[in-house]
Amino acid sequence: MTSSSKPVKQIHLAAHFPGVNNTTVWSDPAAGSQIEFSSFAHFARTAERAKFDFLFLAEGLRLREQHGRIYDLDVVGRPDTFTVLAALAAVTDRLGLAGTINSTFNEPYEVARQFASLDHLSAGRAAWNVVTSWDAFTGENFRRGGFLREEDRYARARQFLEASWQLFDSWHGDELLADRASGKFLNDPDAGRFAYRSSEFDISGRFDVPRAPQGRPVIFQAGDSDQGREFAAASADAIFSRHGTLFAGQAFYADVKGRLARYGRQRDELKILPSVTFALGDTDVEAHERAALIRRQQVSGQTAIRLLEQVWNRDLSDLDPDGPLPAQDPLIGEHTIARGRASVRMTRDPLAVANEWRALAGTKRLSVRELIIEVTGRQSFIGTPARVAEEMNRFVQEDASDGFILAPHLTPTGLDEFADKVVPLLQERGVFRTEYQGDTLRDHLGLAAR
Amino acid sequence: MPENTSTPLHLAVALDGAGWHPAAWREPEARPAELFTARYWADLAAEAEHGLLDLLTFEDGLSLQSDDPFAPDARTDRVRGRLDSVLVAARIAPLTRHIGLVPTAVVPFTEPFHLSKAVATLDFVSSGRAGLRVKVSARPDEAAHFGRREAALLRLDEPDTPQKLATLAEEFGEVADYVEVLRRLWDSWEDDAEIRDAGTGRFVDRAKLHYIDFTGSRFSVRGPSITPRPPQGQPIVASVAHRTEPYQLAARSSDLAFITPHTPHDARAALAEIRDAQQAAGRGDETVHVFADLVVFLDDRPGAAADRLARLNDSAGAEYRSDARIFTGTPGELADLVEELAATGLTGFRLRPGALPYDLERITRGLVPELQRRGRFRTAYEASTLRGLLGLPRPANRYADTDTVGPAATV
Repeated sequence: MTSSSKPVKQIHLAAHFPGVNNTTVWSDPAAGSQIEFSSFAHFARTAERAKFDFLFLAEGLRLREQHGRIYDLDVVGRPDTFTVLAALAAVTDRLGLAGTINSTFNEPYEVARQFASLDHLSAGRAAWNVVTSWDAFTGENFRRGGFLREEDRYARARQFLEASWQLFDSWHGDELLADRASGKFLNDPDAGRFAYRSSEFDISGRFDVPRAPQGRPVIFQAGDSDQGREFAAASADAIFSRHGTLFAGQAFYADVKGRLARYGRQRDELKILPSVTFALGDTDVEAHERAALIRRQQVSGQTAIRLLEQVWNRDLSDLDPDGPLPAQDPLIGEHTIARGRASVRMTRDPLAVANEWRALAGTKRLSVRELIIEVTGRQSFIGTPARVAEEMNRFVQEDASDGFILAPHLTPTGLDEFADKVVPLLQERGVFRTEYQGDTLRDHLGLAAR
Repeated sequence: MPENTSTPLHLAVALDGAGWHPAAWREPEARPAELFTARYWADLAAEAEHGLLDLLTFEDGLSLQSDDPFAPDARTDRVRGRLDSVLVAARIAPLTRHIGLVPTAVVPFTEPFHLSKAVATLDFVSSGRAGLRVKVSARPDEAAHFGRREAALLRLDEPDTPQKLATLAEEFGEVADYVEVLRRLWDSWEDDAEIRDAGTGRFVDRAKLHYIDFTGSRFSVRGPSITPRPPQGQPIVASVAHRTEPYQLAARSSDLAFITPHTPHDARAALAEIRDAQQAAGRGDETVHVFADLVVFLDDRPGAAADRLARLNDSAGAEYRSDARIFTGTPGELADLVEELAATGLTGFRLRPGALPYDLERITRGLVPELQRRGRFRTAYEASTLRGLLGLPRPANRYADTDTVGPAATV
């Protein structure tokens, strides 16, 4: 069998607006506003110029804290997801508009009408990344207050989504007549009727947004746990993964795609899109130099200490970032140092991580800062545009993903160089569109209407 | 308020579906098949901005429209369905430059934290033109959409009983709490909190971010907002008021009240009550605008608008009724009424077009030029923010010059 027996996959590309962790370099002279609409408009127009599938906005509902104080070393503050996406619909025509919206601190009726409205106002370009929180810390900003038991959060997310689907589907799409002559605006006196009852919800009545162009918005899921993968296989149109290396990507891809059959779904009904970073240069050497420079911008000495604290769960303020790792072991038990950060909750056995890092620092003679630069967030693709295009294509063709969500380090121009230099090479290879073939995000992603 | 007869008036237009008359969607100029498209709303906003209007409000609710004030109906001959008003306003914002955009929030079923950042963001995407109208809900069907079985039933159509008055006080008390949280969250970032100080590595000065620590009977909110202080500092808060409890809410919490007088006498009585409550609330030296709502049917030919309303009523099968006074006539006659009512101390009007876009165009192309001739309306936009158009200063931040970040600021 030759490799040509396998059809060439088309790559899907999305752009992640730089967020509020240390991937985003705000200290660079070229870094612009994280809040002004002009930044979002520039970023979106660049993505659309490059024929990207969609733009993605993350969400946070409480400012992060470390040592009980607001964390001030990264970008702090961002606008409301829905509102920015609706405004971006006015300055773009085809680009998908994806946002993270939490299922814990919202209600299905309101979220469903917001997504259905966004889909109408963008003529079929809305996507929803469904996430769950369970921490009382974030809950302090909401009526609901804290706390959802961790084991209940996927149940709530699943039920939230089921309720929302029922709301999206409560209008079938043929109710609106608007016929002046007969005086019939609707053909169904019961349009929008719904009722959903579960352990988390008991809602009923009539939904007030007629069926949106995409029916249901495109659904994304980001969890990596077994439950998260199962939830995605059952319910999502696309999954944001974290697996930026070829082997890890292939394992994840095979695992998640393998779960689809259980739900009667085809392999291409769920797109796998890892979040990746990149550094470009005219030569590979130059690209690696730029990558190293960006990493040093992303990980200052102070940032290195704070990231180390998130594993050690201790105050390490007195540690010299240019010196060795602390002799003490991580504090095991309830994590108290940092709050409002998903990455902290996902840290595996802190002692194992600490020992691994100590071994690495010992072998390579790394300071704290050098170690953190080495072990966190190295760019996924580094090289000339030709090399990056080649590696990205290989990644997709060898089934490590169906495409990528690019997370540039600069706002708002971080996507420009990729759009100008890498996208044309992917287009030359015939693996990325040169024009949008359809109008809706479902069209771009090759997903059937739902 | 000065009652100078040459004081310029403010004009708002209230957008709702195909217009406020239930048969408006059947008019020849109506665009009933486009009510759920961005283009429809963008065209209306462009027309309103062409007429130099101060602001647009967007009606909204969390239930399907119904002729029954307390339950869904089974009618198929009226406009049903609508889009989220905050998102409609945001969709229009980049396409307009001067006009204020005031969507609606239903207080008891929504989160003040979400609405605060949504309106702050609307203010960013519109460069300082955002507002929010807050409203209570009396609808059990809305409560059921949110799984709230305990929701109080507000029967505004029934006589006041002690129980009804207690419910009203509670519901409007929640609105006041909600607005307090919105306002505290908008101020929870000082204007210069973002410092981007490469020397110390700090993006923000956290001494200029503030916990708001609001605790009320129905919610508590810790803060700070995730969104920085918006361009206007405080976006405009508006409310519609028909009786004492909402008058007091407007006086205590709003920048802009919409009242529904049918006569100058009504207007004087409402204004007196609002101004007294404003004094009592310690806001005597602040501007609280009071606009009168009027439903308008306008035609250039005398008598034509009344004929059109009669035809619309025939089409609807019932005489149109409204909480607001219904006006039919020429733009000149409306200008006369506006001036007569304004003499009571009203600072502006919110006109509800009977049919869209028809009556909006009669406002922008007929009423506006007439008021301009009389020296009662602007001939060019004089400001680029909604506060600027309403003559309101950008307010100081309530948290500025305090020296703590709140009780949790411990190491």
